[in-house]
Amino acid sequence: MTATQDTRDVVVDIQDLHISFATDAGTVRAVSGASLQVKSGEVLAIVGESGSGKTVTARSILGLLPDTALTSGAVLLTRKDGSDTHDVTTLQGKNLRDIRGRDAAMVFQEPSTVLNPVFTVGWQIAEGLRAHTQMSASDAREKAIDILRRVGIPDPEHRIDHYPHQFSGGQKQRIVIAQAISLDPGLIIADEPTTALDVTVQAEILDLLRQIPKEFGAAVVLITHNMGVVADLADTVAVMYKGEIVEQADVHTLFAAPKHEYTRALLDAVPRLGGRRFRDRVIVSEADAAFEPVDVDPSATPVVAAQDLRIVYRGRLRQPDFTAVDGVSLEIRPGEVLGLVGESGSGKTTIGRAIAGLTPVSGGSLNVLGVEMLGVKERTFRPIRRRIGFVFQDPATSFNPLLTIAQCVAEPLVVHGISSSAQEARRRVDELLEAVQLPKAFGDRFPHELSGGQRQRASLARALALDPELLIADEPTSALDVSVQARVLDLFARLQAELGFACLFISHDLAVVDLLAHRIAVLHNGVLVEEGTGDEVLGAPKHPYTQRLLASLPVPDPVEQAARRETWRNLRAAD
Amino acid sequence: MTIPTNVAPAPVRPSLWKRLPVVHQVRSSVGLQRSMLVGGLVLVGIYVITALFAPWLAPYGFAQIRVGDTLFGSQQPPSSEHWFGTTVAGYDVLSRCLWGARPALLVMLAAVVLSIFIGVTGGLLSGYFGGWVDRVLVVVADAIYAFPSLLLAIVAAIVINHGQSDLWGGILAAAVAITVVFIPQYFRVIRAETVRIKSEAFVESARVIGASHPRIMTRHVLRNSTRTLPLILTLNCSEAVLTLAALGFLGFGIEPTVAADWGYDLNKSLSDVTSGIWWTSLYPGLAIALSVLGVTLVGESLNDLADPRLRTRRAASQAAGVVGAVTVVPGGVLSAGAEGIEGLDLLEGTADELFAGPTEDEPLARPSTDEEGGRS
Repeated sequence: MTATQDTRDVVVDIQDLHISFATDAGTVRAVSGASLQVKSGEVLAIVGESGSGKTVTARSILGLLPDTALTSGAVLLTRKDGSDTHDVTTLQGKNLRDIRGRDAAMVFQEPSTVLNPVFTVGWQIAEGLRAHTQMSASDAREKAIDILRRVGIPDPEHRIDHYPHQFSGGQKQRIVIAQAISLDPGLIIADEPTTALDVTVQAEILDLLRQIPKEFGAAVVLITHNMGVVADLADTVAVMYKGEIVEQADVHTLFAAPKHEYTRALLDAVPRLGGRRFRDRVIVSEADAAFEPVDVDPSATPVVAAQDLRIVYRGRLRQPDFTAVDGVSLEIRPGEVLGLVGESGSGKTTIGRAIAGLTPVSGGSLNVLGVEMLGVKERTFRPIRRRIGFVFQDPATSFNPLLTIAQCVAEPLVVHGISSSAQEARRRVDELLEAVQLPKAFGDRFPHELSGGQRQRASLARALALDPELLIADEPTSALDVSVQARVLDLFARLQAELGFACLFISHDLAVVDLLAHRIAVLHNGVLVEEGTGDEVLGAPKHPYTQRLLASLPVPDPVEQAARRETWRNLRAAD
Repeated sequence: MTIPTNVAPAPVRPSLWKRLPVVHQVRSSVGLQRSMLVGGLVLVGIYVITALFAPWLAPYGFAQIRVGDTLFGSQQPPSSEHWFGTTVAGYDVLSRCLWGARPALLVMLAAVVLSIFIGVTGGLLSGYFGGWVDRVLVVVADAIYAFPSLLLAIVAAIVINHGQSDLWGGILAAAVAITVVFIPQYFRVIRAETVRIKSEAFVESARVIGASHPRIMTRHVLRNSTRTLPLILTLNCSEAVLTLAALGFLGFGIEPTVAADWGYDLNKSLSDVTSGIWWTSLYPGLAIALSVLGVTLVGESLNDLADPRLRTRRAASQAAGVVGAVTVVPGGVLSAGAEGIEGLDLLEGTADELFAGPTEDEPLARPSTDEEGGRS
């Protein structure tokens, strides 16, 4: 096949692509009739929720589908200089290897698993170079140093001989990007490149990705579910839903005037900073009438009171101890939702686990429902457990796969002797399922037969089974799709208003916390840097870390995001 | 064999019969893997039936050497009275082969039952509690592992019945030896699984609820850590048969007057081989080989089928198949739900006023293969 005149600047041209998978339950179609074009120097974002076929579509460009896949249609990939065009779906073996890396390269989601830990990063970059070109070892090394410098690794002459574990998560992703652009491909496929990274690191990687079309002349296919990232980076957007591309438009048009119903729903579901909040929302319909926010009595005895709390993980074999939480003081009063925000390693989950009695307290004081947690015995704390509910991050693993949902939800009732068996508790379980808007019949299903959102709602039902005074929610929505997250958060706010439990809501997402929390506490490296109401913390942040965190958060609006990007650059330059 | 799907909100769950361990595997296998599994199952079936119905199947008793007053005669070649001939002691080879399935089956059951209970309990305690309990048990298991099983069997045979075995003496000797050697295998597998499952979120959530240790261990950890047991179990069964045969061959087996023992018969046929009498060694040898082959085939097939990466599947057909509300998970989903936005509402429960659009298209994220397979 040769390139025709009019397709010269089209890097990849996907025509009527259908992909099916052979599974145990018969054939499942992942992509049906997708057509896409990516022009050189363009950033195309493919947006969709899990299972929409966005990753499968992008992987087909590199022929990276498993053996069970059956593909029809054409994926025409053109070499950067326009000299050659291949239909990737028909390529095999050596021809396929030949285009991988040279015509199109891939940046994966999790940088720490993509790099081989037993080789130096320089070796790994040179490996790709030498696989495709007749480059000498020293030339490849020169080239690798050059690329590392261009992706922003400081001191590349020295660091090229370092191993992946000697780099931070953000630096590792830079190295993965360096690996991808080392062969000067015409197209880079970035599959959720920033999902595994913290917000502040994400902002830097996005900044780097934005330079790729300009500096290296490569087109970028960006796969993401984060509308903020799309607004920040993309030139054009393709929205995928159930294996089809339902809408394709340039980024400004899409955000300003989405045409398809699904796109509108998706954009509506994205939580926005300073946007509508559940607790002060206007009553718009009949159903909302019962939705009265809880008034917090500031003089009431706190449910949780931490004074100078310290939690230390003992170091193993000659490694120093790790202080996860260092001198944190906070209080949660009855009926209050405290949002705990921080990046990975900030100690926010550790605090939640300490309150639930899963992690021992090392110093200071932590009073939970009248029990001092410093040196507490499991026997003393067990009666308190029934007054605490816990919602875990990943709904897929927080249910015993061999028990039905009803048995799982009944478990706390049985353990605390309120019901003698799961059957006896069924009436209460049905009530609980109804409270979280799941049909009663779902009680007889097994956890894997529910979707992520349904499972997380069942998880909420289990946490509420004993009518707790305190609920700890550890990133309850971070494993969910945006639209599902919106529903779970809405439900959460309703139940909190109705039942009036106090809540520690742990999240890395400022916008989500802003929706729910009465007060927000920001953690950074185990230290509480700022605490206050949503307006105080997000409206006028005092601590530089909070300011940086806020500026790093991409908002789902391309115009506003362009302005925020400038603020972020200035902040970073000031550091 | 596509599982029928309908638009009803409840997913179609296969009937109990189809979810039974081996039945499910037969149904989910194709091609060579299926023939291996079915072949193994047929061999095992023949073997078990022979063991159960030996008195009716065998033309003579295992220790019978005469009909009325007429002796069978020693080393008679195969004939219409004695299809497989007779041995040097004048026993009927066919009858001895059929009767011999009984002690072999008993050894399998005794060895596996004993070792499974001790091994699983030890592994569970060790993995769940960790600390010094774990360290001591692991050291003990490692020490046992280093012991040659046949030597142990011989020692056990001598201790239990001074080398001259009756039926239960021989079976117990083999069973004890095999038990001791197998315990570390079960122990390690269950311990590894327990350590993994202990850190799963659902065990943490049980702890947060306030469940006691015994309850967490039995209800949450144990039931989830037994996935690989059927595999080791079958492989150990074949090893048990081999150990019994080896004991018999070495002269520590069961006396011919109390039970038929393939290993013993092989031992006694050693001298026949050089004088051209093939039937006394061929048939007991075949019996051992086929029973071990059958059990091993089942075990290996279960292993391959349990691993989504090793399992072969039917090729995808372009036009056919359920399309839509299914997440693409390598390994597959249990069944497809309803299609379209209405279907999603059904799946998601009552419609919500928060937004009118579709909610999510991921009804069954967990691959069905995880149910019994997973790691091995």
